[in-house]
Amino acid sequence: MSPTTVDPAEIAKFEAMAAEWWDVGGKFKPLHMMNPVRLDYICAQIAAEFGRDLTAPRPFEGLRLLDIGCGGGLLSEPMARLGATVVGADAAEGNIPVARLHAEQSGLTIDYRHTTAEALAEAGEAFDVVLAMEIVEHVADPQGFTTTCHDLLKPGGLMVMSTLNRTAKSFLAAIIGAEWVMRWLPKGTHDWQKFITPEELYGLIRTAGLDPVDRKGFVFNPVSWQWSVSERDLAVNYVTASVRR
Amino acid sequence: MDHDVILIGGGLNGPGLGLALARAGLSVAVIDAQPARARAEAAFDGRAYALAIASKRLLTAIGVWPALAAEAQPMLKVVASDGRPGEGASPLRLTFDSAEIEEGPAGFMVEDRHLYAAFLDAMQRTPGLTHIPGTTVTGHEPGPAGVTVSLSDERQLSARMIAACDGRASPTAARAGIRRVGHAYGQTALVAAIAHERPHNGEAHQFFMPAGPLAILPLTGNRSSIVWSEREESARAIAALDDEGFLDLLRPRFGTFLGEISLAGPRFSYPLTLTLAERYVAPRLALVGDAAHGVHPIAGQGLNLGLRDVAALAEVLVNAHRRGEDIGAEDVLERYQSWRRFDATTLALGMDAVNGIFSNDNSLLRTGRDMGLGLVNRIAPLRRAFMRQAAGLTGQTAKLLAGQSL
Repeated sequence: MSPTTVDPAEIAKFEAMAAEWWDVGGKFKPLHMMNPVRLDYICAQIAAEFGRDLTAPRPFEGLRLLDIGCGGGLLSEPMARLGATVVGADAAEGNIPVARLHAEQSGLTIDYRHTTAEALAEAGEAFDVVLAMEIVEHVADPQGFTTTCHDLLKPGGLMVMSTLNRTAKSFLAAIIGAEWVMRWLPKGTHDWQKFITPEELYGLIRTAGLDPVDRKGFVFNPVSWQWSVSERDLAVNYVTASVRR
Repeated sequence: MDHDVILIGGGLNGPGLGLALARAGLSVAVIDAQPARARAEAAFDGRAYALAIASKRLLTAIGVWPALAAEAQPMLKVVASDGRPGEGASPLRLTFDSAEIEEGPAGFMVEDRHLYAAFLDAMQRTPGLTHIPGTTVTGHEPGPAGVTVSLSDERQLSARMIAACDGRASPTAARAGIRRVGHAYGQTALVAAIAHERPHNGEAHQFFMPAGPLAILPLTGNRSSIVWSEREESARAIAALDDEGFLDLLRPRFGTFLGEISLAGPRFSYPLTLTLAERYVAPRLALVGDAAHGVHPIAGQGLNLGLRDVAALAEVLVNAHRRGEDIGAEDVLERYQSWRRFDATTLALGMDAVNGIFSNDNSLLRTGRDMGLGLVNRIAPLRRAFMRQAAGLTGQTAKLLAGQSL
């Protein structure tokens, strides 16, 4: 493998959890709960950028999509079902057989690879869509990673990147709430110091040569027990869309 | 996969859900135990439904209402009152006038034969929907990516999930190991269509009698549908009477406000039972309507409650389908269960309590409920809230119940 922005200690943590990816009541419950709003956002952005009708069958037919940090395939599978040609990449080797097995059971064809964004870019791979969801806060070099995402896009391609904001509220919600109180995530899943503010992320995106086109918050409502997309509240989880011109 | 969804049950909820899903682009099959034309071409058999406004909106959104509109009787006013046979209605009565809420009539009465015919026509016109009449389901086997359904004609069909719309005894739910709780009320509903001398002017009446309620619901022309609840033993005796004997007993309860009455169709009797499924979902299966919750038909809420399930499940599945999710996955089906279970159970238990209070000749309770009804009648906002709830206009509104397509 080529020089990489992956932090080995971070990979080891996720490898230990790989088999649990598809257990909706298990360790990845928070991701399963959040998945519908993440998918809604991704679908809406792809539809807007490439002029696709989401009520049509297989609306993403003909689009080549890369899911970086694909894990067990929680995003790769829906994208494949919607017609996209999907490459799922994960630096944690243990995730790949889990994801492959599940895709096969689901009757989906997905190209899962144990590789990194950097290795794919070096090999000259090019995509219409690059998804980097909840990844950038785990990498050793966020700027290098974002620039690699740019390099992986065809001109006119779309990058969707989500992360966690570095605020007092995100410390309370993501560290104290999700890891300590609710035990949704194992303690130490997130390092608050590595969280990134929207301004910092826009800086990374622009420096990488991408044009930001949209940003929204993902907000958890503890009363309705549901996630929703927010125009204004980017204090904890948030997502951005940007385009390579 | 042969289909996205297989609907088990060709009654009303099955075709309704099938139409909602097919119109949104999913491939569905409706397995119907009845031969297709039998019910649609039948003469009036006395069965009719009080459709809430929200249900009418759903029927509009799935393209069924236009064929039905001419056969539907608007309910312009609903009058609930306490009474004892021979005494006439209590003066402290509760009046719901649809002029009080902005939504129009309180509901519509439609006959089963017209509703089913409209569903049948819509099913035949809708691409993506396969109607399989005269066939029953003998088993189903959930797997990691889908479910296989075995049919009585030896065929097997596969789908991503199945919805059981097969009634209060739901063989599908039983096969999935879903247990039921419930009880018999010791009451039986006597159902019949009545022809009367004078026009009903779109008024529906609910008389709360000691033995159980008598509902008089307007049908088209000078006809009304009655749902007359009696204690089991008396109901058995009344059902055994000839038509004249039946009418002789009905007259003092019905009253003379519509003039002379006669029977306009055959008589039916249904023992009243409450049955609730302990879960609404199982692997690759969701329960809809009576299969999930068979309620006391006191306010004609059975079908309305079923259509609320249809609207919620259709919305959950269509949203999941359009974002690429596995529509039969546990977390997708759980969204439906958490949306519907509270509402349906509350309503079922609420109607149970209403029926218990009114089906009692205890004088203290009688005074209490007379005062209660009088009080509700005097407080306009409370009465309007009561009407909206009965009309199915409250709660988290599904798009179809607001008349929007998915």
